[in-house]
Amino acid sequence: MNWRNITTVYLKELKDSLRDRRTLISVIVVPTVVMPLMFLIFGKVTASSVAKAREDVPTVAVIGGSDSPEVLRRFREAKGMRVVEAKADWRDAIAAKTLRVAVDIPDRFAARLESGEVPAVRIYHYQGELKSENGVRVVERFLAELREDTVARRLAAAGLPKGAARPFEFRRENVAPPEKVGGNLFGGLVPYLIILLCFTGAMYPAMDLTAGEKERGTMETLLCSPVPRVDLVLGKFLMVLTGSVSAMVFMLISTAASILIGGAALLGGGAGARSAVAAAGAMRPPELPAGPLPIIDPLGIVGVMAMVVPVAVLFAALAFTVSLFAKSQKEAQSYLGPMIVLVVLPTSLGVLPGMELTTGTALVPLLNLSLVCKEMLSGVWNWGYIGLIFGSSCLYAGVALGLAVRMFGREEVMFRT
Amino acid sequence: MIEARQLTKTFRDKKRGEIHGALDVSFRVEPGTIYGLLGANGAGKTTTLRMLATLLRPTRGTAVVAGHDVAAEPDRVRARVGFLAASTALYARLTAREMIGYFGRLNGMTDAAIRARTGELSERLGMGEFLDRRCDQLSTGMKQKTSIARTIVHDPTVLIFDEPTLGLDVMTARTVVGFVRECRAAGKTVVYSTHVMSEVEKLCDVIGVIHGGRLLAEGSLAELRARHGLTDLEDIFVHLVEGAGGEAR
Repeated sequence: MNWRNITTVYLKELKDSLRDRRTLISVIVVPTVVMPLMFLIFGKVTASSVAKAREDVPTVAVIGGSDSPEVLRRFREAKGMRVVEAKADWRDAIAAKTLRVAVDIPDRFAARLESGEVPAVRIYHYQGELKSENGVRVVERFLAELREDTVARRLAAAGLPKGAARPFEFRRENVAPPEKVGGNLFGGLVPYLIILLCFTGAMYPAMDLTAGEKERGTMETLLCSPVPRVDLVLGKFLMVLTGSVSAMVFMLISTAASILIGGAALLGGGAGARSAVAAAGAMRPPELPAGPLPIIDPLGIVGVMAMVVPVAVLFAALAFTVSLFAKSQKEAQSYLGPMIVLVVLPTSLGVLPGMELTTGTALVPLLNLSLVCKEMLSGVWNWGYIGLIFGSSCLYAGVALGLAVRMFGREEVMFRT
Repeated sequence: MIEARQLTKTFRDKKRGEIHGALDVSFRVEPGTIYGLLGANGAGKTTTLRMLATLLRPTRGTAVVAGHDVAAEPDRVRARVGFLAASTALYARLTAREMIGYFGRLNGMTDAAIRARTGELSERLGMGEFLDRRCDQLSTGMKQKTSIARTIVHDPTVLIFDEPTLGLDVMTARTVVGFVRECRAAGKTVVYSTHVMSEVEKLCDVIGVIHGGRLLAEGSLAELRARHGLTDLEDIFVHLVEGAGGEAR
């Protein structure tokens, strides 16, 4: 192994790649522009839909209640909903989204309440439809108030204090630091994006430097040089690794910049931002920390980047080896494309609830990274697992790199026709 | 000098079984001579030359190129060989100067030596006008000159040309042929493979006719004419191939 040779090959590949529009698009433009753009557009659209749904005054149809005029009056006077008479086709109207909710007040509701019966009010809605669900919340709040008033009246009549039916209150309060909360919420998403970009960042340079060279006839030219094959592989491999790591770094920088600098403005301020981000991560807004957007521990990010390095090496070596086998870039693309699924699958498993780090999961490539990153971003530093995961990832990367070198030396691969 | 001793390359194909790309090919090329390897497409020329350039490892037999064994010291052999083929392309996104420089560095040359050699080759091959132009913007002739410069940047003692005029226009082909002659005049050991009879007649001191991976005959043009009683090289070639039970393609 000669570092002068490796550097010569690497610098040539770097120069060549920087002049290639397709490599620049896949390694720099896509991670820098498209990912944050998608994230922000998704966030903005979600935020505006959530805001619109909240601003929407739900139309509520009341079925029955003519024998309970006081209840009906309170319904009509309630804030946050528009009460209408129920028509015969109220079910169809809910399905057609022209009516949000229908409330069925049972016969003699007020009278039965007075007699101590427990009549049941039915709420009809469109499950999963955001505006209908909002309507249900408004109606439930109104009915809860009505029930509390009834209880208060009964207690007063019996000469009992208010606290007799509600002896104590409770409320929840977050004590975890904002960065831990942010890490817990985004711990699954961040490694997922990083791993995906690491792989896609390695893909194009790998194809260009191997199958592309074979297709263009420059591989044979290069093989004529007296440089040992291992030096050629390492020089080229370093370029693929550069592509992979660059994609990750550009994505992280641009995403962080978009969130920190333009995020609040683009997403329409703190509340909107929180809603959007929460919706994007399928998380509830109250769990998010105060401030325009959740904070992630910078030390956690550094830890994630360090853990990603051997995985980037693994990706670069795998993409390199697979592409090397192909005769053309098109063939390489058909091999590497489906590999994205193999990358996404174990990474996605790490986001599932209940999936924890164990000695077993710590040895599963990508799943282990996904899980440990989630922990590190939440401020949990389990050094035993971190060491095991880093070590096993290095081992996998080493094996993959060894395979790449071996493949490069095989005539049937290099001169495959 | 080149000395091929029973060079054999066997490929294994799932459908066709074992295929001999070259079978017991032996020949010797002295410095200052051009050895022409004449054969139809698929005759075994490229396989033989790739073994000499150490791109392929012989299944059996060996060759000594510039004093080094192709199987035992492939890196040393490559350092002394310049290999130019129709299939050895240029890096489209590099300039001609960068291309020459890259191969100079891969051959262990210093930056100063590369600069001096690039200037020398540019003058000799008339490359000044396009030296700093990207290879994808060069004409076929310019590309071929750049390929030649890339091949000889490290001043190799052995030159191997595998159908270097394939697909070239007359003027560009003449440049290549002229360059091959210059190599001989400079005392280089040259192997030149082609299926173009006229090139062989014009260039080669010794001709080896190859077919089905086997070397069927060898000698100077005069020797071949005398041995087979025919004057036209094409007739000699067809006679040899048909005699070997094959069909000249």
